[in-house]
Amino acid sequence: MPVRLPFRPRRDAYPPDLWTKCPGCGEMLFNKQLDKTLRVCPHCSHHFRISARMRIEQLVDSGSFVERDADLTPVDPLGFMDLKPYPDRLMAAQLQTGLRDSTVWGIGTMGGKPVSMCVFDFFFMGGSMGSVTGEKVARAGEAALAERIPLLIVSSSGGARMQEGTYSLMQLAKTMGVVERVKAARVPFISVMADPTTGGTFASFAVAGDVNLAEPKATIRFAGDRVSSGTIGEELPEGYNTAEFQLNHGFVDRIVPRPKLRDEIITLLGFLIAPSNGQTEPPAASLTSRPRSFLNALTGALIPDGNGNGNGNGEQTRGETSNG
Amino acid sequence: MVDRLLSRVHGEPHPVDPVDAVWAHVQQARNLKRPHTLELIKFMADDFVELHGDRLCADDTAIVGGLARIGGRRVMVIGFQKGQDTEENIRRNFGLPHPEGYRKAMRLMDMAERYAMPLLTFVDVQGAFPGAASEERGIAEAIARSVAVMTRLRTPIVVVITGEGGSGGAIALAVGDVVAALENSIYSVISPEGCAAILWRSGEQSHMAAMAMKVTAGEQQELGIVDIVIPEPGEGAHTDPAETARRIKEVVMERFDVLGRLPLDDLVEARFKKFRDIGPYIVADRPAAPPPHPGITDRLRGLLSNMPSLPSMSGTRHDVPPGREEV
Repeated sequence: MPVRLPFRPRRDAYPPDLWTKCPGCGEMLFNKQLDKTLRVCPHCSHHFRISARMRIEQLVDSGSFVERDADLTPVDPLGFMDLKPYPDRLMAAQLQTGLRDSTVWGIGTMGGKPVSMCVFDFFFMGGSMGSVTGEKVARAGEAALAERIPLLIVSSSGGARMQEGTYSLMQLAKTMGVVERVKAARVPFISVMADPTTGGTFASFAVAGDVNLAEPKATIRFAGDRVSSGTIGEELPEGYNTAEFQLNHGFVDRIVPRPKLRDEIITLLGFLIAPSNGQTEPPAASLTSRPRSFLNALTGALIPDGNGNGNGNGEQTRGETSNG
Repeated sequence: MVDRLLSRVHGEPHPVDPVDAVWAHVQQARNLKRPHTLELIKFMADDFVELHGDRLCADDTAIVGGLARIGGRRVMVIGFQKGQDTEENIRRNFGLPHPEGYRKAMRLMDMAERYAMPLLTFVDVQGAFPGAASEERGIAEAIARSVAVMTRLRTPIVVVITGEGGSGGAIALAVGDVVAALENSIYSVISPEGCAAILWRSGEQSHMAAMAMKVTAGEQQELGIVDIVIPEPGEGAHTDPAETARRIKEVVMERFDVLGRLPLDDLVEARFKKFRDIGPYIVADRPAAPPPHPGITDRLRGLLSNMPSLPSMSGTRHDVPPGREEV
């Protein structure tokens, strides 16, 4: 019979609350250090998934974020049960994340300018989009519209939440309706796609930004492998589901490493936010007062009241058609 | 499920197992012989001119559309087209559209708006084509934009779900002022097979998934997603396509009459609002779920380290259980 010593052996040389193994390079990383590098591996620059609150902390001017509608809570409209009842899954996710649903929205400042933002938390049921998620995205958009401040959505989501059935599917229409109005009002909308952005989230607001940014090597795709192989019996080839793939095919503007993300967004907003009346900017008259084409000049001459004329009117027409 | 068990306990013979009934419904919705867009329009329209191509690179045969005259009214018709036999199915890519299909649809929607024609869409799709070709050309972008265009299109839109309303591929053409569905059709956020593969981790539970997601037209009407359920003749739409088309036509024409009387601004606003308000939630009065109780090491570390806590978010350090991600 083996003698039992009163000391327990060190079962784990790397306690998980202190150390994280990088799935990219296998290096053991000290969590405190990892937090300082914005949870990006200093060796291989693997971007770890981060919580919504950590993301907000990294993006906004320190202490400027005011959360709104934190009390919106999902319900179980279908009485859904798979291996576990949906309310149990919700409860577990709520306890794990301290959130009521998969997004946090509110208003914070970036570079001193207020921004309406909605940030996904992948740790809440895979960041899936249910009714509350859609509602928060819509409210963030409506606040941006009402206050004419930019809209920022940071997605990290597997797509629509199956447990709420077609209600989740309808969130595509709900969010796109609002986003379409935001864009029509020429309120800037920047979409950031973090790992992963797939399914119904990718196929709605995430892909629809004025500018679409993505984190390096983030999974960005429409259909998951299980759906692909189940429907058409083929899986996507290697490399068909990344931010880099989407950049090469024209659906992402820029891939931005996390340490540069905040600055990049501030720079972009500097371009997209129209200067208020007090500020002076050389008028864009040189561009708009000139008829845009011979045809426009002609229609302008023939039909004096027509929209085809230049003179500032042209800019408006252009703004509207580009949304179509 | 519970009913089934209870009936066993009480010894009452249950006439039809509800799971089987739902699955029979799914099979009915997928019946190859069901009339699709072109078959229905043949019976409904006095005249129909099909238009092709997205004006960008191709013509998708899984989505068809064109100009129709129905009961004296000019209507833009867009719909999914599955094949009725293997040969046609191969030609139509088994009714799974590529981005070109949705881009063609958007082109026709735009045309409907400009020429003041109401829009009628027929939805019968398992989902958008989920393969490499589709991904390369931006299926997500095409779906997102098609949804966006429909939320603001300045003409009446009636949607009829005729078979499978599957996922993002379906909603891309299903944002309507009125959403009607044939009795035996289904509408779901993901195919039952896909749902079972992800949540049950086994494709064999698709019957259960179909039941859990409440996919049938009747259930969808109870949930408020579908406005009108159109009864099918006889044993189902495939047994009498002409009568099915007549019933659809009756409902659609009546709706167009009602919608046509609304000012366009009100119509678009009402459509936006209809979808803006879908999705139940509650506003909780209890405080937010507390952050997980910190372990002894966390508390010790908190005591020992003189790291300044961040002003408004000090409680959030424990949001992510460290080390548990990426497993």
